[in-house]
Amino acid sequence: MDAIILQILNGLDKGSAYALIALGLTLIFGTLGVVNFAHGALFMIGAFCAVTLNRLLSLSHQVVDETRTDFLGNPLRVDIPYVYEWFGPEVGATIIDWSVPLAILFAIPIMILIGLAMERGLIKHFYKRPHADQILVTFGLAIVLQEIIKAFYGANPIPTPAPEAFVGSFDFGALIGFDPLTIMYPYWRLVYFSFAIIIIAAVFAFLRYTTFGMVVRAGMADRETVGLLGINIDKRFTIMFAIAACVAGLAGVMYTPILSPNYNMGMNFLVLSFVVVVVGGMGSLPGAVAAGFLLGILESFASRAEVIDIIPGINQVIIYLVAIIVLLTRPRGLLGRKGVMEE
Amino acid sequence: MLGLNRKDSGLFLLVICLTALAPFLLNPFPEGSELAQFNAGYPDLMQRFMIFGIFAIGFNILFGLTGYLSFGHAAFLGVGSYAGVWMMKLLTVNVVPAIIMSVIVAGLFSLIVGFISLRRSGIYFSILTLAFAQMSFALAYSVLTPITNGETGLQLSLNDPRILGISQTVDGSIPAANFFGIEMRDSLELAMGGWLFTFNAGYYLAAIVMLISFYIAIRIFRSPFGMMLRAVKSNQQRMSYTGLNTRPYALTAFVISGMYAGLAGGLMVAMDPLAGAERMYWTASGEVVLMTILGGAGTLLGPIIGASAIKYFENIFSKINDTVLHGWFSFMPDGLQDFVVAIIHPFIGKGWHLTLGLMFMLVVIFLPGGLMEGINRLRIWFGKRINGRQQTPDHAPATSS
Repeated sequence: MDAIILQILNGLDKGSAYALIALGLTLIFGTLGVVNFAHGALFMIGAFCAVTLNRLLSLSHQVVDETRTDFLGNPLRVDIPYVYEWFGPEVGATIIDWSVPLAILFAIPIMILIGLAMERGLIKHFYKRPHADQILVTFGLAIVLQEIIKAFYGANPIPTPAPEAFVGSFDFGALIGFDPLTIMYPYWRLVYFSFAIIIIAAVFAFLRYTTFGMVVRAGMADRETVGLLGINIDKRFTIMFAIAACVAGLAGVMYTPILSPNYNMGMNFLVLSFVVVVVGGMGSLPGAVAAGFLLGILESFASRAEVIDIIPGINQVIIYLVAIIVLLTRPRGLLGRKGVMEE
Repeated sequence: MLGLNRKDSGLFLLVICLTALAPFLLNPFPEGSELAQFNAGYPDLMQRFMIFGIFAIGFNILFGLTGYLSFGHAAFLGVGSYAGVWMMKLLTVNVVPAIIMSVIVAGLFSLIVGFISLRRSGIYFSILTLAFAQMSFALAYSVLTPITNGETGLQLSLNDPRILGISQTVDGSIPAANFFGIEMRDSLELAMGGWLFTFNAGYYLAAIVMLISFYIAIRIFRSPFGMMLRAVKSNQQRMSYTGLNTRPYALTAFVISGMYAGLAGGLMVAMDPLAGAERMYWTASGEVVLMTILGGAGTLLGPIIGASAIKYFENIFSKINDTVLHGWFSFMPDGLQDFVVAIIHPFIGKGWHLTLGLMFMLVVIFLPGGLMEGINRLRIWFGKRINGRQQTPDHAPATSS
């Protein structure tokens, strides 16, 4: 039993990332009808927002410290980050320590800008083109974005630690009445999971309870009619694209302590997220979220030694296998709406 | 000629001439000159032009004709490579059985994948093929290690049985891949003035295979079967309404293109007898998509042009570095020179993918028909200008080669 709970927990963080990316993909597909292959790159850019903020905050200048000397007896030169001077050493250290959560604030405007620029500059011209063209042009864009990042940050993964407070694991088993030390779960993964839930809830609430969201939902159902009613639906869909980009970016920001960002992390996640979207059902938001968590947990179960002993290699292929089975038996995905991209 | 009409024969002859004379054409700059680094006439790269040309021609038969966008074609190339290496390990280092086996195995594998994937179309088809390719990749890395040798990659070794050939040569080394005695890496070098031309046996074998596959592709494009595939692309629903089951046609096209991919994999092994799982990774599948689109999907010549262009950029662009750039712009004043070099720097060397991505995006946005469409537009444009001068009514030559 404790083993099962442990696997579910282990699947949650990856599942959260899948769910967030798949949510954005589905938002874009449901509103604009565009298959966005550059969404993984947005996830990656989000992660690099965290890296950038970390570096910005750590910017420092050298100060000669008279009180200390190096081994030759000269005064020691020490690097002092500017934030130390502005806010004092203690607050400064805390700010740098908390750079990843702070990067959320930093990433939101950047991702919205990138999203708006992408939609207005490129995607807009591809509404009427076939899906194959949309896939190809966004695929090209993904290559360009990731190469730009590579040019600036190099090809190696850049470790970006979580705040000190969240390092380490806590004893989840003891909390719910199992033997202590049976279910250990890293704090940051719990943070990530809660964060994902908040974001997902926010997006759903936004669509469900605001007038803006209502119009967008109406536009998803019947774009032409909404347009005929005198509502500028294109503008709202552009904003939805920016929101989707933002969701992917935030997913990336918070994922940096789990996986050191590297320029091609987005592509790896993108492929899996597409599978998730298809399994959940193209155009279905709850489907995307549910399938994301489901596949994350399935993957974690398949990685158990007992399972691998029975079916070797299953941990590598489980997601794809599920996708193939779902696509062949239930063409519109788990929660897909009838008639949406069933062909 | 050979059952082709005049225009196709002309095209085919052109391709024959180009491939036969490639060692000359690709080495336009004398050895040791400033521009010698733009020479592409070395065996390794020329072989790759041919091999990826075959791969792209095959992919084009599926994507260009039926419109099914497969994102997992590299799996067939990878499977073909493994089959080829195994033939070389078990039978003989003669490349013929290896190539034949690659084609057969890749064909069978694509039959299975195609049979399942073609139940869906559009983006679902892309995802299904992608899923199959990623599964093959993951399995080749992990569980199938006894067959694929995992991360190390499958290679020939001294104690392979090779029942029809020899396990090792007299001096105790691994025998070289050959075609009935002609070793693939044998080259004839011809020095003329400052130029050095290399005629490589492997290249010519690959070229002949490429020409045969190109010929078959022309025949498919012009056949009733090819017509049927185009009909599948333009309106599958209407085809079904007329009482025609389109799936067998699409499946045949899928298997043919899978066999082309296997052939490319087999040739790759023939030139360099090793096979690794990274050949099946989805970026490799993406690459052949890029090649085909860049050159022009649905055209005969496009895929070869696209494949050659990408392989050329990959090998030549990536070799240019800052020192070379400084050399080029040395006529500029120092500050400006550094500035220009700094601007160009991200696009060359290791950053050549950026150039590729930008180029690809521009092609998809402005030239949906690929480079071939660009060439045709230029032809029409020049045609108009010439016609205009002669005061004749302009008739745009409708070209679709």
